[in-house]
Formats: sequence, structure tokens, C-alpha cells
Amino acid sequence: MSFPWANEYKPAFGLTQWLDEKLPLPRFVYNAVGAGYPVPRNLNYMWNFGVLAGFCLVLQIVTGVILAMHYAPNALVAFDSTEHIMRDVNWGWMLRYAHANGASAFFVVVYLHIFRGFFYSSYKAPREMIWLLGVVIFLLMMATAFMGYVLPWGQMSFWGAKVITGLFGAIPVVGEPLQIWLLGGYAPDNAALNRFFSLHFLLPFVIAGVIILHIWALHIPGSSNPTGVEVKAESDTVPFHPYYTAKDGFGLGVFLLIYCAILFFAPNALGHPDNYIPANPLSTPAHIVPEWYFWPFYAILRAFTYDFFFIPAKLMGVLAMFGAILVWFFLPWLDTSPVRSGHYRPLFRKFFWFGLIPTMAVLFYCGGAPAAEPYVMLSQLASLYYFAHFLIILPLVSSIEKPEPLPFSITEAVLGKDESAVLNANPAA
Amino acid sequence: MAEQASIDTSAEAGEGVRRRDFINIAAVSFAGVSGVAVLVPLVSQMAPSADVLAQSSTEIDISAITPGQAIKAVFRKQPVFIRNLTPEEIASADKVDASSLRDPQTLEERTKEGKTNWLITMGVCTHLGCVPLGAGEGEVKGEFGGYFCPCHGSHYDTAARIRKGPAPKNLEVPEYAFISDTVVKIG
Repeated sequence: MSFPWANEYKPAFGLTQWLDEKLPLPRFVYNAVGAGYPVPRNLNYMWNFGVLAGFCLVLQIVTGVILAMHYAPNALVAFDSTEHIMRDVNWGWMLRYAHANGASAFFVVVYLHIFRGFFYSSYKAPREMIWLLGVVIFLLMMATAFMGYVLPWGQMSFWGAKVITGLFGAIPVVGEPLQIWLLGGYAPDNAALNRFFSLHFLLPFVIAGVIILHIWALHIPGSSNPTGVEVKAESDTVPFHPYYTAKDGFGLGVFLLIYCAILFFAPNALGHPDNYIPANPLSTPAHIVPEWYFWPFYAILRAFTYDFFFIPAKLMGVLAMFGAILVWFFLPWLDTSPVRSGHYRPLFRKFFWFGLIPTMAVLFYCGGAPAAEPYVMLSQLASLYYFAHFLIILPLVSSIEKPEPLPFSITEAVLGKDESAVLNANPAA
Repeated sequence: MAEQASIDTSAEAGEGVRRRDFINIAAVSFAGVSGVAVLVPLVSQMAPSADVLAQSSTEIDISAITPGQAIKAVFRKQPVFIRNLTPEEIASADKVDASSLRDPQTLEERTKEGKTNWLITMGVCTHLGCVPLGAGEGEVKGEFGGYFCPCHGSHYDTAARIRKGPAPKNLEVPEYAFISDTVVKIG
């Protein structure tokens, strides 16, 4: 499971020795995120975001469980109980703001984590399973976040629920019965609110379970690194603890500074004022937008305004939106270049920085903009490039690109081409 | 005992169906069918409950709606638009060749005979379910003078037919009947 030179867990006290024989939990933790896990010595700060995402999940579970102690999932009182949390419960305002902005923070961190995966091709063999599980976690996060946003039962909650469950109505034949079944009624109401609450409570623990699989799968090949060159010798690695616990700790400090600045000084900056109006099934807010973290996918949904052969525009938009994430599942097999890191792939790098990133920025912007020109046309062009990037450009670039020379080893990449370092790194050679 | 011994020999030789095979298949099949049967209540509890289904019809007095006016009523917790069309609006709806539309229907097909001026539709955009504007006083009616959905920009004409934007269908006409000249029962 790990490299042969990994430090071995040696319980120092009688009690820990006894525990190690009965249930080796400390040994498990030591090998997973302790000194028993050798990690490439050259990880940069882009490798901080996995730990930060784990921190965000814990933050969301802790604040969420507390909020559930004060919140009432009933359409008659849900909005009032949210206001009760904000006004009457001791520190309730802080806990709710921490949870709402915690969701945003979680997505920021996870998007950067995914972005790291894209640039350094972390999805390539032998790490495909880690990537696939990561996409599953992302989908679960989106479902959890959506259902959580419905709970305050404000205008945006209600209409968000209506629009998103309406997506299922686009499926031919079974769509409408399916939508009614999901909502437990013809429009979002008490039945929908209650089941969303139940699932919003459950899914984070499902996410925690998939994260355990994600980390388990990670520990089989070990962490990737910015050069994309695999670990060859002990000199290429350092123990996770104390080296990366310290580096992640520093990253966590920076993260908390930014998070607290928003939490205490601009807690509503990422929200919508309309959600402080109680849900009204007879009046749609003038400008319905989802939370910012859904904007790129929402832009793709809205980009389809004309029927596509025999497929209606609405169904096409829904398929494209889900397809935009499902295509990630095929990434390990679409990008066939043997070189992992974008640092050594000149052509890939160009398409990444000047193709994919601006496209995501345009989709992000258009998703939050009203459904009018020029945003619709921009979304259409950006959606087209988005799919072309993954389905056409990546396979093509992989086959025609001539990668730059890779360093011999991680140690060489860090210390330069020092002959003695190379010899030490690989004594067998 | 002799009989049992003979069964064992045939089983070792791999001939025929053993009694144990039968018991095995029967038990697993029974467990499988039971497992599926257990899913029925688990799936069915998600469907609309009896009290939700009970609100499936509503009666509305339309005597106060003058030509050119519209009201929003509630049916199954969703808005219904009841609109008294002006002769100009009827003429503008009839002027269009229905076969050229995305969801081809004439105004006559969407209203009751002799009551062509009463356009009764769900106030639910067929795209993703927002409430279109145009029924209330002073609301935007869109490029075709009917309804406009602000969520994703669908335009409906004076017969509430989809003319422009992402919605695939005309605003749905619910089942309804005129109980008298001034009362309509929806559902």
C-alpha cells in the first residue's frame, strides 16, 4: 500500500501497544495522514486543497448539525425558524452565516482542487479511481448544496427548487411523473421541503464515506506531484507528518483568514437578497440565479434555445448540463498523453490557459447574468468550446504534441542535475 | 439412508438437479422477490399524499374580469392565468398560421366553444416552471403580447403559445368547465 521505506508505527506506551493489538486505529491514522505516509518532496501549494476540502466538510457538518437543532423543516414555519436562528438563538447568526459561507468556501476549495487535477493531469493512470471518486464527491456536493439552499424557504429557495426539479420534467415520457414523485406534489411544498431536509442531513455523511474511499485509492499509488514523474527512491519523498501537516496548517491559516473576513464583514455578499422574502408560489423573482458555484453549469443549461434535430431545446440543455460534468468521468481516457504535468506539455498548456480557463470564466459570468443577449450567445460559444476541449482538443493535442524533456527524478527536479544526488536517489542504478 | 446415499452419489457425479439446488434457488428467489416488494412502499411514499391529491379542483368566479384583464388563481398550489381576451388579441392570435408554430395549436383548440375570449392556462412556464409575467396589471407581456417568462426569456403570444425562447410547449390548458357564465371549475 505504501513505499517500502515508509516509517513504521511503533506504539511507545503500554496502552497504545495494547490498543494496537486489539484495534490498530492509531496505526491506521499514522499510515494515512501521519509520518507513515511518504509524500513527494516537491508538492506546491496547489496540493493544499484536499486537506482544506476535508476541513470544510467537517465545518459544514458541525455547523449543520447545530443549525438542525434550531431549524424546523415545515413549509409553514421554515422561514420563521431561519429568522429565529438569525435573531433569537445565541450566536445563531454566526452559525448560519458560517454554514452558508462555508458552502461557498467548500466549493472554492474543491474547484481549486479539481483545477489542480486538470493542470497536472492527476486523473491519469494509475490514479483514475481517485479521480472518478472525486467526481462522485463533486456530484454529491452539488446535490447537497442545492437541497440545503431550499431549506430557508425564501423566494430563491422555492424557485430554485422549482427550476431544478423542473429539469427532470424535461426527460421524455417519464419526466413529468418523475418530477411529481420527486416533489411529492405538483409544486414544491411541505413534502419536498421535508425530504430535502432529510437528504441534506444524510448526504454529507455519504460524502464522508466516499472521501474515505478517495483517500484509500490515493494511498495505493501515493500522491502525484508537480513534475508528474513517479517516486523512484526514498530521497524523492518526505513523511506527511510533520512536513505536509505543517504546510497544510499554514494553508489552513490563510484559508481561515479569507473565510473569516467574508463571514464577519460581508456575510451576505455571496447570497441573494430575494431569499430574505418568504417563498411565494405565485410570484417569480425577476432574476432567478442559482448560487455562484452553479453558474458555469447553469450557463450551459440556458445555452440551448433551439431544438437540436428531434431533441427539444429544454432536454438538450439538461443533457448538456449533466454532460458537462459526466465528461469528467472519461477524462483519464480522453487525455492519452503519457506526460502528466502541464509544465512539460507546451501545446496542452496553451489550450489550458487560453482555452479552458477563459471559457470557464465566460460560462461563470454568463450563468449569473440575465437570460438576454449577448450573454446567451456567449454561453453558446463557450459551451461549444467547453465540450470541444474535452472531446476533440485533448485527444488531438495528446497525439500531436511533442512534450518537453522530463527531469529524471523528483529529487533532480528539486536539487538540480547533481550527479551525487541522482546516485543517492537511485542506488540500484 | 439408502435413498440419501444414492442422491449424494448422483450429486458427486454432477448429474441432474439436486434437492439442495432446488432449495437454494427457491430461497434466493424468494428473498429477491421480497426485496423488490419492500421497495414498493419505500418508493411509493414519495408520491403525492392523499391531502395533496385532495386539492385537485377549484372553482373561480370570473364575473369581475373585463376584456383585456387577467387574474391569477391557485390550482394544485400552482398559479392559473384566467384572461379575458380583447377582440384585437383574438384577431392577433388567429392571424398566425398554427402549423408554423413550435407547438401547433389554434386559439379555438385552446379555449371552449363559444368562449374563445376566455383563455385559461397554467401560469407555469413549460421550460423550467417559473411564473411568466403578463397576467398582472402593468407586467411585461413579451414580444407577442401574451406572457413573458423572466427566468430564461420565453415569449408567449395572446393565445399563450410559445413563440420565442427555450420553452418547448404552449402554456398548459388545464382541464376545466364552465359551471355557469360567471363560474369556472378547474380540475
